[in-house]
Amino acid sequence: MPQLFFILQVVFYLLGAGVGFLFSKRGSTARYLIHFLAIVGSGTGIVYSLGVLISGRSFTFQTLPLLPMGIASFECDLLSAFFVFVISFLSFACSIYALGYTQEYEHKRSVAFLGFFYNIFLLSMILVVMVRHAFYFLVFWELMSLASYFLVIYEHEKPEARKAGFLYFVMTHIGTAFIMFAFLLLFVNSGSFSFDVFHLKAASLSPVWKNLVFIFALIGFGTKAGMIPLHIWLPEAHPQAPSHVSALMSGVMIKTAIYALLRVIFGFLGNIPSWWGSLILSLGILSVLLGILYALMEHDLKKLLAFSSIENIGVIFLGMGMALVFVSAKNGSLASFALIAALYHVLNHAAFKGLLFLGAGSVLSRTHTRNMEQLGGLIKKMPFTAGSFLIGSLAISALPPFNGFVSEWMTFLSLLSGIQSDKIGMRFFAPVLAAILGLAGALVAMCFVKAMGVTFLGMPRSSEASNAQEVPLSMKVGKAILSSSCLLFALLAPWLVRLLGHVAKEVLSLELEFPSLRPLGLLTDPLELGRFSPWLVFLGFFVVLIGLIFVVRFSLGKATFRIGPSWDCGTPGLLPRMQYSATGYSKPIRRIFSFLYQPTRRVEIEDEGHEILRTAKRFESRIHPLFEEILYRPVLKLILTLSRKVRRIQTGHIQLYLSYIFVTLILLLVYVRMSR
Amino acid sequence: MNMALSFFQILLIVAVAPSVSWWIKKMKATSQNRIGPTLLQVYSDLGKLFRKEMVVSERASWIFHAMPYVLFSTTLLASLIVPAFFKYSFLGFAGDVIVLIYLFAFGKFFLALAALDTGTTFGGMGSSREMTLSSLAEPALLLSFFALAYDARTLSLEGIISHFGNQSPVEVLFFTSLAFGAIFLVTIAESGRIPVDNPATHLELTMIHEAMILEYSGRYLALIEWAHQIKQFLFLSLLANVFFPWGLMNTRTFTELGLSVLVFLSKIFILAFIMGWIEIHSAKLRLFRVPDLLAIAFVLAVISLLGQLIVVR
Repeated sequence: MPQLFFILQVVFYLLGAGVGFLFSKRGSTARYLIHFLAIVGSGTGIVYSLGVLISGRSFTFQTLPLLPMGIASFECDLLSAFFVFVISFLSFACSIYALGYTQEYEHKRSVAFLGFFYNIFLLSMILVVMVRHAFYFLVFWELMSLASYFLVIYEHEKPEARKAGFLYFVMTHIGTAFIMFAFLLLFVNSGSFSFDVFHLKAASLSPVWKNLVFIFALIGFGTKAGMIPLHIWLPEAHPQAPSHVSALMSGVMIKTAIYALLRVIFGFLGNIPSWWGSLILSLGILSVLLGILYALMEHDLKKLLAFSSIENIGVIFLGMGMALVFVSAKNGSLASFALIAALYHVLNHAAFKGLLFLGAGSVLSRTHTRNMEQLGGLIKKMPFTAGSFLIGSLAISALPPFNGFVSEWMTFLSLLSGIQSDKIGMRFFAPVLAAILGLAGALVAMCFVKAMGVTFLGMPRSSEASNAQEVPLSMKVGKAILSSSCLLFALLAPWLVRLLGHVAKEVLSLELEFPSLRPLGLLTDPLELGRFSPWLVFLGFFVVLIGLIFVVRFSLGKATFRIGPSWDCGTPGLLPRMQYSATGYSKPIRRIFSFLYQPTRRVEIEDEGHEILRTAKRFESRIHPLFEEILYRPVLKLILTLSRKVRRIQTGHIQLYLSYIFVTLILLLVYVRMSR
Repeated sequence: MNMALSFFQILLIVAVAPSVSWWIKKMKATSQNRIGPTLLQVYSDLGKLFRKEMVVSERASWIFHAMPYVLFSTTLLASLIVPAFFKYSFLGFAGDVIVLIYLFAFGKFFLALAALDTGTTFGGMGSSREMTLSSLAEPALLLSFFALAYDARTLSLEGIISHFGNQSPVEVLFFTSLAFGAIFLVTIAESGRIPVDNPATHLELTMIHEAMILEYSGRYLALIEWAHQIKQFLFLSLLANVFFPWGLMNTRTFTELGLSVLVFLSKIFILAFIMGWIEIHSAKLRLFRVPDLLAIAFVLAVISLLGQLIVVR
């Protein structure tokens, strides 16, 4: 039965990919059908993945033996079902949103083209997390990368979109190469491409090979996840795609890398040396801190969100790293708690980052700018968008009682559980990492006060912003689904933790007893360090808030107020330009962390011979991207130098090239002869 | 009974909180050979504000109107978690230190957002500075509590307090004094006192908290001021109860409860005296010197963690 749903999902996506070409490629019929099929496909995915998660019964599916590399087998165990759920859930909301969002492309560009790659993108993500064969995994992985590449360059007349697309293309293929190496090593060890055989032969891997596979997989999947220092493509590529695709790329595509890492590390590699956990923890904390510090410096709304995705991947890495640490210390209950924290954050990040990208997309589609310095005052024109963006900001800043807090809190506690470790280093660094996570959490709040405040509050800074209008219903529905899930995923926490506990149990292959559901939805960790009841905090907040409003209202009567202008220090005429800008807002941070940003500023003043006759003044301030300068530039230089050297053998004469081929052929023949 | 007492505790916190501000004001006045306000003055100030008509900016959206209520209720919710004169708190079983800190963050998020709502330069300035300084204060605050949790093996405030309450005073003070320093510095920063922020001025480009609430008046301003005073009181209660956990009553006879309240209040006012003393004897730091102060707090917290690491196991 669930197999049928799976096949239906694939069929719906395939139909959705093709249907656009049957109608007018730029017309509205194609647009509706494409997204309708995507919605139905995603809905089907939600149904069967929830079925598997709740019933705990996995299912398998095999294709007919018609494919070149043999049978492609699929399996939906709990881990896959969880990721299928996250992907389908977000693509459900995004596809509804896309109904309205793609309206602006109508009659301008080929919607069929967008629909083709959109549906293929959704399909490939589902297949990546379901497939159980290394070769087909790589095929689907590549399909996912290519489909998203074409979505990134959808607005290809913009040079920055093409540039970002190229960077993405290069980086993702470097990543795929490493993944291929990792799988080839596993293949050599086990003699098969099947994941099951990888799993069975895990014990026979020599330690050196095991470490190699781990490093290759970490580099390969880390590139896709956007882990620092392999992140450089992410903040360029994600913002360029249409906004609902950006939401999917940030919300779920980078999570497929988390899925694959979990599969490789816990499934194929068996015993885990303790340094793996420490490595993942240090990469995680680097991504958390630098991700949010760079996000703070952005005034491009979508780029800011993309950088913040790097921060969230870091949080997930922290949970995963602690799980590895505890697995190698043979502490099952703590390991599963840390893994639950990581998986929970995967789900939560999909919800709120999807919501925020959809909000940014609404702003973009109404004002045609992503530059926050051109926005402002939108809360009056687009109240619904502003409200849902506020919910997303509260959730991502991990404020209780929203969902972000629950997983952040669990990550805090799993880090703190490190004080139980035997290693003195872990006992010291685990709380320090938790404190740095706290610093990052506060910076996230600052970043989203800035994003929300500069975009939606104050005065409009451009005519586009002052003439903006609210988005149509379908876009509102997409955001409403995600906004309500931001609260729902927090209130369902006691059940979700148990559900994810079963997933963690399966991933870690442990036999664990879960404590029964506590009264009042109280959550705690295995060491009982912390305690948090999402229900009581939620209830308490609303009881206190409503109680307060009533008390104030009835003891003092209705508030009386006059409307007046804002305080302008006695110089009438406050202009929008006098407001704090996004760049100005983050100036203190830029100054305090100047060792990292290396900010430079340039002020140009033009005058006509005297200081008081100024005609123009220009100000420029920029920060230096650290990693691109110290890590990527030397590599790039080396490659360019090498290719210049290689160019010497390219004379342009076809005879010479033919002789190269001839010599190569001879050498190969000799080699084959000798090796016999 | 416990429930009734912990409920009474909240009322006490809310009622007494403004008097701490009066205490510091009075100290400052005395040091400057002024008479200073009477105790009733702070309450009548609040009452006056509550009754006054408000002026609201024409650019304000619903965020501006919602903020005072959200700020006050998150602060009140936070006060449900902190034990004051009594070992238990109303919701202490449902939230730990992390929840407490993030509840404060919730109120601050709205405060900083509402500051941007009216589109004035002052609002943006205050909002930006407040968020910067509070982000830098956060790791020191968290790490100090983590250092305490290292010994107490719990992050619940009730748990930490009863753990340290059962140990000999010398031992507790020896192990926790550095964390005390860290949290004390954070308390100064969070309650907007000199040398971080000057609560008495409106006409300085250095103002932080006051800049954010410049547009508020009347009832809203009263709620904000009161919430701020409650927050300051809660931080002082944390300092008093976590680091000097003696005198907290467990039994329920009337005299002992009265004694417990008295001991608690005297601890609070002694701590407030220290804060006031620092305020009198120092000048406000330049904005970009404050991170150094908070860095000192962080270093203190790290050293205190290291100390726990060496001693506890």
